Amino acid sequence: MYTTDLSGKGKGKAEAAVAEDPALVAAFEARVANDEFIEPKDWMPEAYRKTLVRQMSQHAHSEIVGMLPEGNWITRAPNLRRKAILLAKVQDEAGHGLYLYSAAETLGTSRDEMTEALLSGKAKYSTIFNYPTLTWADIGAIGWLVDGAAIMNQVPLQRTSYGPYARAMVRICKEESFHQRQGYEIMMHLAAGTEAQKRMAQDALNRWWWPSLMMFGPPDDKSPNTEQSMRWRIKRDTNDELRQKFVDITVPQAEAIGLTVPDAALKWNEERGAYDFGDVDWEEFYAVVKGEGPVAKERMQARVKAWEDGAWVRDAARVHAEKRAAAKLAAE
Amino acid sequence: MSDASKEWPLWEVFVRGKGGLSHRHVGSVHAADAKMAIEHARDTYTRRMEGVSLWVLPSAQITSSDPGDAAALFEPAEDKVYRHPTFYKIPDGITHI
Repeated sequence: MYTTDLSGKGKGKAEAAVAEDPALVAAFEARVANDEFIEPKDWMPEAYRKTLVRQMSQHAHSEIVGMLPEGNWITRAPNLRRKAILLAKVQDEAGHGLYLYSAAETLGTSRDEMTEALLSGKAKYSTIFNYPTLTWADIGAIGWLVDGAAIMNQVPLQRTSYGPYARAMVRICKEESFHQRQGYEIMMHLAAGTEAQKRMAQDALNRWWWPSLMMFGPPDDKSPNTEQSMRWRIKRDTNDELRQKFVDITVPQAEAIGLTVPDAALKWNEERGAYDFGDVDWEEFYAVVKGEGPVAKERMQARVKAWEDGAWVRDAARVHAEKRAAAKLAAE
Repeated sequence: MSDASKEWPLWEVFVRGKGGLSHRHVGSVHAADAKMAIEHARDTYTRRMEGVSLWVLPSAQITSSDPGDAAALFEPAEDKVYRHPTFYKIPDGITHI
């Protein structure tokens, strides 16, 4: 799964005002421009550190919240094979969240600080998870489209300038490929099934198509941080470039299984060698970013409940470990 | 929300990919103690047969070199090419050397 950088507005001024040694900044910029990797203990501009913490923690939060829409179907998977696969996939999402949290922690932000930011609503996560999973076909559509969009976003990040982030992305990309294929397989089977099953697959595609295109973030002319992030190699392609690539790859996949992409303006453009497609409803996107997604409240309630219900486990394990460590010390 | 001191400590995780290879750093996990750190490392980093053995080590126990010292530490090796076998010219016809 993936998140785009959603909280970029209004930042920049305060960060730019921090006086940093120009020689250090220049050396840093040169290293990054030279495609070198920056590692945790290396000097880096504060703005780079902050942007990375925000981007990586948003990404991690998206993986964790992303378990909810799919977890919704584990007990109702149509057979044991599908259930085992879905369990493995949801477990992967937890793993991806953990790789990213631990990579973000190397920048000096604690896990608890990141969790607190998510639960208090300060941190964002991908808007896609604020849509409900109404039918089993949604599990197919999520794997195929949402994970497909995620892969599109993440593959270039394997070469991102921050070493721990790049290494986490390498692991994640390897695992996402299974997610996308199992989703497509679900859609393929439904599309080749009864009329009702085919309708269900088409309905899921209709509902997930546009939110998937939104996953690439606002259009380039409304994405103020893109230029700096591209210079710093923490973003390697623009939002619109990736969105176009996703459309070009996905439309033939839909056609191959007899499904129709819900966009009347969709048309192959011979000259560009790419599909022209309709405008994304950005009003809806910004509303969902602000927390007005259909199930935004339920998602946060579920995370807060999990955190609060788990408090006694965290405390008990910590106290138990302290007691055992003390007993061991006393015995020596 | 718990304060930072209540957070489970961080452990660095090392995985041996297969017999004959050394353990390699793969990431980190939070855990209350070493036993739990092994369990978390297993769930987080070996879901696809990535390893046959795990090491976990409290992150606080690692001492690393300062990147600022990198030049002093590592550059002296640059002009000691005679430490590599390719430095020496051996005439054609001489074998097994």
